[in-house]
Amino acid sequence: MTIEQGIALAPAERATQLIGGDLTEKSLRLHLEGLPGVDAVGLEARAASLATRSIKTTSKAWALDRIIQLIDLTTLEGADTPGKVRSLVAKALTPDPSDPSTPRVAAVCVYGDMVPYAVTALGGSHGIDAVVGGVNVAAVATAFPSGRASLPVKIADTRDAVQAGADEIDMVIDRGAFLSGRYGLVFDQIVAVKEACRRADGTFAHLKVILETGELNTYDNVRRASWLAILAGGDFIKTSTGKVAPAATLPVTLLMLQVVDDWHRLTGEKIGVKPAGGIRTSKDAIKYLVTVAETVGEEWLQPHLFRFGASSLLNDVLLQRQKMTNGHYSGPDYVTVD
Amino acid sequence: MTRLAVPKTYKLYIGGKFPRSESGRVYEVSTAEGAFLANAAKASRKDARDAVVAARAATPGWSGATGYNRGQVLYRIAELLEGRRAQFVEELRLSEGCTAAEAERQVDAAIDIWVWYAGWADKYVQVAGNGNAVSGPYFNVSTPEATGVVAIIAPQDSGLLGLVSVVAPALVSGNTVVVVASERSPLAAISLSEVLATSDVPGGVINVLTGSAAEIAPWLASHADVNALDLAGAGDLDWIDLQITAAETLKRVLGPEEGVAAPTVERITFFTETKTVWHPKGII
Repeated sequence: MTIEQGIALAPAERATQLIGGDLTEKSLRLHLEGLPGVDAVGLEARAASLATRSIKTTSKAWALDRIIQLIDLTTLEGADTPGKVRSLVAKALTPDPSDPSTPRVAAVCVYGDMVPYAVTALGGSHGIDAVVGGVNVAAVATAFPSGRASLPVKIADTRDAVQAGADEIDMVIDRGAFLSGRYGLVFDQIVAVKEACRRADGTFAHLKVILETGELNTYDNVRRASWLAILAGGDFIKTSTGKVAPAATLPVTLLMLQVVDDWHRLTGEKIGVKPAGGIRTSKDAIKYLVTVAETVGEEWLQPHLFRFGASSLLNDVLLQRQKMTNGHYSGPDYVTVD
Repeated sequence: MTRLAVPKTYKLYIGGKFPRSESGRVYEVSTAEGAFLANAAKASRKDARDAVVAARAATPGWSGATGYNRGQVLYRIAELLEGRRAQFVEELRLSEGCTAAEAERQVDAAIDIWVWYAGWADKYVQVAGNGNAVSGPYFNVSTPEATGVVAIIAPQDSGLLGLVSVVAPALVSGNTVVVVASERSPLAAISLSEVLATSDVPGGVINVLTGSAAEIAPWLASHADVNALDLAGAGDLDWIDLQITAAETLKRVLGPEEGVAAPTVERITFFTETKTVWHPKGII
């Protein structure tokens, strides 16, 4: 199938400012393919060197608490039930019942149809900006995890979740279209989903764009997809659905952070990054914190700009936290069963 | 022509693999006369932590296997020990300074004990379990089941026989084991790990740490994911303090032993928990 180069794309604000008013498939392609290539060896060496930092004692205690505050506590299973979502919310609000000083997570991340149950269960603690210690509800939308649905279905999926009270939408891009070079199609879909995130009062639910880097094959593609997602209006760029291996890796996250840093230098605007999938231990999560601090700066280590998409990570962090508090090793019997 | 000596540097045995100590430390093992014998890894508290994680992960598979199956797997270890008899004799002779005949007696005894315990795997439940008479229309049955992860401080003066006499009974009922080998003569324990690695025992069921029991034991005693503690070789440590620490998380604790623990069924049943099942009968 040939790609029509001349058709005008949706006039996303960021893209028109950067690329120019006559935004077309061709001008977008020229821009994305004009991005410099990624030095894969250098990127991996840099990530590996950042992973060797040793974080101990008070810094570690700070890091553990911060990791909890950055977690999107996730359950994305076909077998999810309202009861499972309620227990997830209970865990998000009180991660460690034996220690009330444990901070709350940033958000719970569920499928769209589970949003009402999550909102009800959160009650007065709903909304990270609305109340102190509040927890957001994030919903995956747009035919997650494959993204194989027509645009009207994706838009309806998104609207439904936003109307049900989701504060954040995690959308997947159409990897098939991206890999076959139809950047304009991917771009238009992100713009359309962003529009579907508009609430009745004119505000927007935060849009996280999942690139599914495990399917993008090359670092160059990850860089292009990151730019594409930002240009189309994404508030966050997210590595993976968690359903495809490899999910989040440190080099890929570093690369996405570099794009975010470039964007920040260019426009002053701060875009969030969310590695998701495969981060299971505190040790891994701390490597990500170091990478963020060294790439875009410590001001990114807050829930509006950095998240971990994880389900089992929280328990490991709690075990580490208990070890630091009590002075002896804890065990899985002392944290809740996921 | 004289041959160049090949001094060995041994590693730990955790989760079916042979990692170096996380701390990077090693210590010298010497013969009874004080000559250099080999280097052994000096395990740290983090190695103990990793070993407990490996042991915990192996618990469902090992305790879920049938007693008959566990008996076969344990018996297979005895077969392999028999095949390495000469190596164990040599190591004991060097590290404990005993005569070849004495070393052979020890190795034979160790293999015999292993076979003896292997035989109990599908029998101890019948001996220690019970059908209870209750005043109601129920079958009421109590059976012993594995308690989980058992941390063991192996006897310090008997590298092989002492080790076998505490490790084997814990394994019979389906527990997984983290054992701190004799600090002075760990070679038998290391060779046993090599036997285990090529046997049918799933990785993580037995984890062998070498190094200072005084350093590692408090961390195992306080570890919340360890279910029981065998202090057989902790006579020279502050073992009362270890017992007190272990009580914080309600561990079963066996006290220090003089010499080598005699083979008994009680050593098997000590590391079990009793499960009682009520089953209604005669509902029509």
